Amino acid sequence: MNWKELWQLYAAFFRIGGLTFGGGLTMLPMLKHELVGKKNWITEEELIDCYAIGQCTPGIIAVNTATFVGYRRQGIPGGIFATLGMVSPSLVIITMVASFLQALMDNVYFQHAMMGIKGVVCALMLNTVITLAKKSLVNPICIVICIAAFLLAFFTPVPTIAIVVLAGICGVILDKMGGTVK
Amino acid sequence: MIYLQLFWEFFKIGLFAIGGGPATLPFLMDLTEKYDWFTMADLTNMVAVAESTPGPIGLNMATYAGFHAAGIPGGVTATMSLVLPSVIVIILVAKFLANFSESKTVKAVFFGIRPAVTALIASAVAGLFQVALMTENGIAVKPLILCAIVFGLMHLKKLKNLHPAFWLLGAAVLGIVFKF
Repeated sequence: MNWKELWQLYAAFFRIGGLTFGGGLTMLPMLKHELVGKKNWITEEELIDCYAIGQCTPGIIAVNTATFVGYRRQGIPGGIFATLGMVSPSLVIITMVASFLQALMDNVYFQHAMMGIKGVVCALMLNTVITLAKKSLVNPICIVICIAAFLLAFFTPVPTIAIVVLAGICGVILDKMGGTVK
Repeated sequence: MIYLQLFWEFFKIGLFAIGGGPATLPFLMDLTEKYDWFTMADLTNMVAVAESTPGPIGLNMATYAGFHAAGIPGGVTATMSLVLPSVIVIILVAKFLANFSESKTVKAVFFGIRPAVTALIASAVAGLFQVALMTENGIAVKPLILCAIVFGLMHLKKLKNLHPAFWLLGAAVLGIVFKF
């Protein structure tokens, strides 16, 4: 086992996790800088492939990419070290922020600030939904699936997992029926 | 045993939240109904913190949610459980399925799942709106107005790429100054 490179994997993904805000696609330039530019661990094409796989496997895209790159370099231990590196900054930073906020909860000014923040959180999330809708609702069938899933999610107690599984099955059936999938 | 429950619930989220960070939101909402770990109102705070700190949003949300449920060990348990399915699935895919993302079945499954995930997140956000913008006395007018203004501003060309942390910081200041 190459301990030096395992440590380098941990450190590289620690930097990526600790220095990028937002995760997912916003992480791509940082990944490119660390993995393709600085370390020459993978080529740019391989990075794009990683992203494709990260997006169509379950879980957080950034974590999937970390595991994939780590595995490519150093097998299973590589995958684990890279993932731990990605996770560490979130664990440390969020735990500190959360403890700090908990101490402030009863403060009146803090409560006013939080009410303001809630308004902006709503705006940010609305924006996320619109961006996603633009990307995922590419044809009428997608729109039908989306509306059906929304009705189930918002108005019925059907669990989220069941809706995801149902939608996946729908995709396969639609493909068998007419090959709507490219 | 709260840690076992956290492990099981976040393992499931890791396995079924497809499409990254925001996709964990509907699952976390399911948890507010099932356990008393955190409330819908806490979730808005979690989104605010997760968006304005470094690191993937999904990981940040999981750490915060776990911390809220059971302190530091809770945060660690939730986050580790969330990433475990990823690690297993990705290693299997990398090892056995060289052309995984090119496979016809995988494409078909995701053709169905992608629009559904958008719907799930939209539904979660609708729930978030109800909690964040309603108080016991009806609609919270000031946050609602702020939400509308910021949403409009975010689509201006010059402000499009402004980091969410700036909006959140500005909102905090306005909230204090105008006693939201």
